[in-house]
Amino acid sequence: MTLKKTVKRQDFWPKVFTYLFLIILSVIVVYPILITVSTAFKAGNVSAFTLDFGGKYTLRNFSRLFEETLYGKWYFNTLVIAISTMVVQVAVITLAGYTYSRYRFIGRKFSLKFFLIIQMVPTMAALTAFYVMALLLNALDKPWFLTLIYIGGGIPMNTWLMKGYFDTVPIDLDESAKLDGAGHFRIFWQIILPLVKPMIAVQALWAFMGPFGDYMLARFLLRTPEKITVAVGLQGFVSNAQDQQVTLFAAGAILIALPISILFFFLQKNFVSGLIAGGTKG
Amino acid sequence: MDQKEQPGRVKKAMLLSIIPGLGQIYNKQIFKGVIFLLIFIAFVIEMITMGFGAFEGFITLGHNSMDDHSLFLMIEGTLQIIITAIFILFYVINIRDAKVIAKRLVLGEKINTTAKETLHAMSDEGFPYLLTLPAYLVMTVSIIFPVLVTLFMAFTNYDFKHIPPASLIDWVGFKNFYSIFFLSSYRATFGAVFSWTVIWTVLASTLQICLGVLTAVVANQSFIKGKRLFGVIFLLPWAVPAFITIMSFSNIFNDSIGAINTQVIPFLNNIPLVDIAPKPWKTDPFWTKTAIIMIQGWLGFPYIYVMVSGILQSIPNELYEAAKIDGANAFQRFKTITMPMILFVAAPIFVTQYTGNFNNFSMIYLFNNGGPGSVGGGAGSTDILISWIYKLTTGNAPQYSVAAAVTLIISFIVIGISLIIFKKTNSFNMEDN
Repeated sequence: MTLKKTVKRQDFWPKVFTYLFLIILSVIVVYPILITVSTAFKAGNVSAFTLDFGGKYTLRNFSRLFEETLYGKWYFNTLVIAISTMVVQVAVITLAGYTYSRYRFIGRKFSLKFFLIIQMVPTMAALTAFYVMALLLNALDKPWFLTLIYIGGGIPMNTWLMKGYFDTVPIDLDESAKLDGAGHFRIFWQIILPLVKPMIAVQALWAFMGPFGDYMLARFLLRTPEKITVAVGLQGFVSNAQDQQVTLFAAGAILIALPISILFFFLQKNFVSGLIAGGTKG
Repeated sequence: MDQKEQPGRVKKAMLLSIIPGLGQIYNKQIFKGVIFLLIFIAFVIEMITMGFGAFEGFITLGHNSMDDHSLFLMIEGTLQIIITAIFILFYVINIRDAKVIAKRLVLGEKINTTAKETLHAMSDEGFPYLLTLPAYLVMTVSIIFPVLVTLFMAFTNYDFKHIPPASLIDWVGFKNFYSIFFLSSYRATFGAVFSWTVIWTVLASTLQICLGVLTAVVANQSFIKGKRLFGVIFLLPWAVPAFITIMSFSNIFNDSIGAINTQVIPFLNNIPLVDIAPKPWKTDPFWTKTAIIMIQGWLGFPYIYVMVSGILQSIPNELYEAAKIDGANAFQRFKTITMPMILFVAAPIFVTQYTGNFNNFSMIYLFNNGGPGSVGGGAGSTDILISWIYKLTTGNAPQYSVAAAVTLIISFIVIGISLIIFKKTNSFNMEDN
């Protein structure tokens, strides 16, 4: 009995500190999010960004977004860019990842190294060149050009991750299928592809979420208010110090953050296992 | 075939391949030879009609303004360089092919001679190349080509005083790099921006990694109740798009009406012995820097936390039991078991945190526009290299060529450091067997 008691007493303070740490950290995490959420529902002329449960609440900010601003249009633009990026990028990296995992061909090692190095070039830093290209191709304000850059920027890194994941699928499967007389295409499409679905889902989500998160290129390459994305549009609500519309900003932020966070929570297990499997298998 | 003929035959095939196709025809692969010859002829025609002109334009960047558009000439030249590089690759393959086939002929092996056989072999061997082609096409347009253009632009004088077609752009050699490192105005800015970029990268990344690892280790102790709830809460910063968080924080840290100065600090002052004055978060460089480092810790720790939680669960419990029996205390167990395990798996991920923050444009630009104040050369006191480039490119007096030169310097730093670390940690190693 006495032994048990001393053990308990020994554990007491570490436990208190553990819970204290977790609770304080939770408060720090939740506090700014709560501020944004509560601001989104505030009625009237609000300028301060604070947590304050007094005052009136309303859904008016959300309807104002669609009536008084181009928010709906921005949302649609972003969705179009995000979906095209997702579809093309996933198709391209799946093919390339499969090839690097399954085929041994001249130049394979060289091009894998090339992917690895090019992946480290900060694409987003080639701003000047994008600007010149956009000028010459008459692609300023054109979503397709932005989409192309998003697609290309993700290819080297994600091809690596994809290849790593394909490597975890045993090659015996391919060989037995080959013995059964299946061709290149059938092995890929009917046998291997279904097995890497989790990784494809993860890559699709990353590719989809990428354009939502980018501010720099979108701001740089899209010019007219009707063509911009949500990130650029929302920034307009809070960038002008004299005319801040924090309630509109907060409402708009929730309409993006909520669906993305929900998707995220459902798929986060896959994110982690996919990243670890794809990254460390190399 | 006579053995004596061997060296002669191989040599002859290779010599004939100086004109692509002839070597293959000599090797009796008529169909392949004709295709190679056609590719060669196409390239020669392309060079005569366009290629030489493109190279010439690339070298001179135009003679008269209005008639010659320097940017067009530079882009055409860059395209021509890529085309030529691809042709040189083909040329090498052609000679190699002639040599290999000639050797096989000498040894009496069977080779493809008919068109049908050749096509079949090509589609079979070419399959991997065909599958990776889309990746290369997209990368050429969105990475390789822009990076080449940036590379070239860094050696020109393209700025607001030289905007084609009104005026010409000229090659200026290493002048931009010279200005960045030696010219007083740029040197001071570059020095200030670069040193802050390094401080920012090291502090912010280290903070988010330490916080993530600490949270994972603390939150994964076996006795904790409500693990799932804490898990969901700690994921939130990762789940919400970063730009939203940063813009929100930008308002929360507002000097006069933001929550930190009007709510958090007054609340903290209720704690005995704590007495903090409101801070000029957006107007004083030191406090802005403090704020963005703290916010990046907030934003970045969940990713590390999730990753490390996954790793922790994969460490066998017996290891800890054994260590306990040997009398290791909690800290020793962490140092000798947990930490090495985490580092082994997550080292490459930690590296990407550092390179990511090195180029973390959104955090800097969206919080306070790189401000407050200015350190000259168009940069604010919290601008890092990438946001400085952005300002050089988009400002009222754009300095495209200097921006390109800074871009090159960034790329060299990031690639150099990543390569060293990847080599050291042996991550992404080239398995092959």
